[in-house]
Amino acid sequence: MLKQIEGSQAVADVVALCRPNVISAYPITPQTHIVEDLSVIVGQGKLDAEFVNVESEFSAASVVLGASAAGARTYTATSSQGLLLMAEVIYCISGMRLPIVLTCANRAISAPLSIWNDQQDSMAVRDAGWIQLFAEDNQEAADLHIQAYKIAEQTFLPVMVCMDGFILTHAFEPVDIPEQKQVDDFLPPFKPRHIVDPRWPRGIGLYADPRFYMETRYILHRAMEKSEKTIKEVSADFAKTFGRDSGGFIKTYKLKEADVAIVSMGSVVGTIKDLIDQLEEEGKKVGLLQICSYRPFPRQEIYNILKDKMNIVVLEKCISLGRGGILASDIRWSFPRAEKKDRNISSFIAGLGGRNITSDDLRYMVERVEKEPVELEFLGLKKELISDKDL
Amino acid sequence: MNEKAEELNRVEKKDLFASGHRACGGCGQALAARLVHDAAGENTIACVATGCLEVFSSPYPDPSWRIPFLHSLFENPAAVASGVEVAYKALKKGPVNIIAQAGDGSTADIGFQCISGMFERGHNVLYVCYDNEAYMNTGVQRSSFTPYGAWTSTTPMGNKTRKKNLPLIAADHGIPYVATATVDDFKDLQRKVKTALSIEGPKYIHILVPCPLGWGHPGDLTVKICRLAKDTGLFPIFEIIDGKVTNVQKIPVKVPVEEYLKPQGRFRFLFKKGVPTEEVAEIQKIANQNIERFNL
Ligand SMILES: Cc1ncc(C[n+]2csc(CCOP(=O)(O)OP(=O)(O)O)c2C)c(N)n1
Ligand SMILES: [Mg+2]
Repeated sequence: MLKQIEGSQAVADVVALCRPNVISAYPITPQTHIVEDLSVIVGQGKLDAEFVNVESEFSAASVVLGASAAGARTYTATSSQGLLLMAEVIYCISGMRLPIVLTCANRAISAPLSIWNDQQDSMAVRDAGWIQLFAEDNQEAADLHIQAYKIAEQTFLPVMVCMDGFILTHAFEPVDIPEQKQVDDFLPPFKPRHIVDPRWPRGIGLYADPRFYMETRYILHRAMEKSEKTIKEVSADFAKTFGRDSGGFIKTYKLKEADVAIVSMGSVVGTIKDLIDQLEEEGKKVGLLQICSYRPFPRQEIYNILKDKMNIVVLEKCISLGRGGILASDIRWSFPRAEKKDRNISSFIAGLGGRNITSDDLRYMVERVEKEPVELEFLGLKKELISDKDL
Repeated sequence: MNEKAEELNRVEKKDLFASGHRACGGCGQALAARLVHDAAGENTIACVATGCLEVFSSPYPDPSWRIPFLHSLFENPAAVASGVEVAYKALKKGPVNIIAQAGDGSTADIGFQCISGMFERGHNVLYVCYDNEAYMNTGVQRSSFTPYGAWTSTTPMGNKTRKKNLPLIAADHGIPYVATATVDDFKDLQRKVKTALSIEGPKYIHILVPCPLGWGHPGDLTVKICRLAKDTGLFPIFEIIDGKVTNVQKIPVKVPVEEYLKPQGRFRFLFKKGVPTEEVAEIQKIANQNIERFNL
């Protein structure tokens, strides 16, 4: 049913439709509304689940770890500092192959404190062996959660659904919330592999000495790579069942004929598409490659689609300090070395700590890369706030 | 004796925590772990913290556990056990005994917040702390359970602070059952585990487990040192049921702390040519305060 609701409410509604058995909750802006809404759904008896108000995100992650190891379908959500506080558990969850679903309402990281949106938080745990899916809008954010459970429970990999804080979590948009029956048909009950149960005593979380550790990492890496297939299948299956495209590996917009290819992910692609339309009217051919699955990284797919594009620009809301654009590095790595010579891949950092990314900013970016490649530039930087002695 | 009392007082030996683990000779923690799980029985899930117990009992592929064993991190067994408990509730499985367990460093320091959360939320979990009074697994560093005067590898001049009193802090969370125990009295320890598991809600049992390596005593003195810890008043044995201290174990003949300190290498430097220093008097004061406070 189409509902005019807040993004957080949409996520809470579909998570409830996925029938998690255990939800752990800890407040942090801009994630908080999701777990608040879920607490109401559980409180009203509309979802039969244990809702645990924990004392920290560290425990929020540990509770779902324990619950998942005991065979429950689980859910938690966080942002920013909360995700960093979970970091140790995040790695443990993937290492133990627990199919936990977590929403990251993307937010900047301290210091300085900022409650506003960028994507540095989920980037900080990108190497942890979690599938990371980025939503473009609230419909996709909702849809991705339904897919996330299916992907996680087929691959035994945890899934982090990333949605831009405030821009999506607090935006009221029409979102189609499916019927319970549709979700039940799409998402079978969770069948765990190994659980803690006295009927089948086994150890979960044994330690591995140097004879064994490396293989666990190799297997996990291969599982991440192989999950590509599952992500695509589940997304195709979703489209068939629910009648709309959501998720998948990557998406493109007016890319075929484009002279300039913009690569980005998250909600900013909406603004980018608008600009692409405007520029088209002005006779410029600009296209978009939008990444939905950031981990596993769709390297081959990106190569196939962008191999004829000689002017690529990567726009991202995060940075590897002392290195540069994170997504830009991934994109640059997607092309074989010998090809790189005449291909320009520019890197723009934008929207950190909630700085607006305007259509004018994006227009400037396109015009800039039409002239020359850009190694690294902060879009919308206020030079007047920076003095020589700061540098 | 009636049947229930008989059952409570029976010493159980089921080897659910099996031999063949890699603990040092005379390890108090290995003994305690065996006693705890044999008392709990097969219908038990062990949620264990990183630390000596985990390391000597759970190397892949030969764990020493005949019951389900779950290890995740150093500081989170209380939260992991909370998760297991709510999963059992949500899946309408059980009943099952869930025992979260960890060393003193995990319990008193880095995992303190998780434990407080587990107590306060009221999970039906027994938390067992194996107190060997230092971070042993990483080489005998000081924890907040390290007693006054003790040498550790990070208090080379002797520890200057007193032990954090977690049993009382646990009780002040309003949990229904708290107990202390040592490994010299199997019957008492196992009775407490069985009692705890018969009570709904969060429970805390604090077990003193001598560490021959870290404390510097011969392995065959582990049990005797426990007895001396009790008989000096340094480790009071009691239960706190619904907030009331009860079943305090009286000391038959009070022993001066010197007798507890002398066999242990970690206290050796408190005696100059056999003569006790001021610190020993200070430790005696702590024992006396315990004797008075708990009416030992
Ligand atoms: C977050 C984190 N910090 C530190 C460690 C290192 N570490 C592992 S075991 C241990 C000592 C454990 O001490 P305690 O809890 O007292 O248990 P014991 O080994 O003495 O039985 C430490 C410091 C760790 N594994 N994780
Ligand atoms: Mg210790």
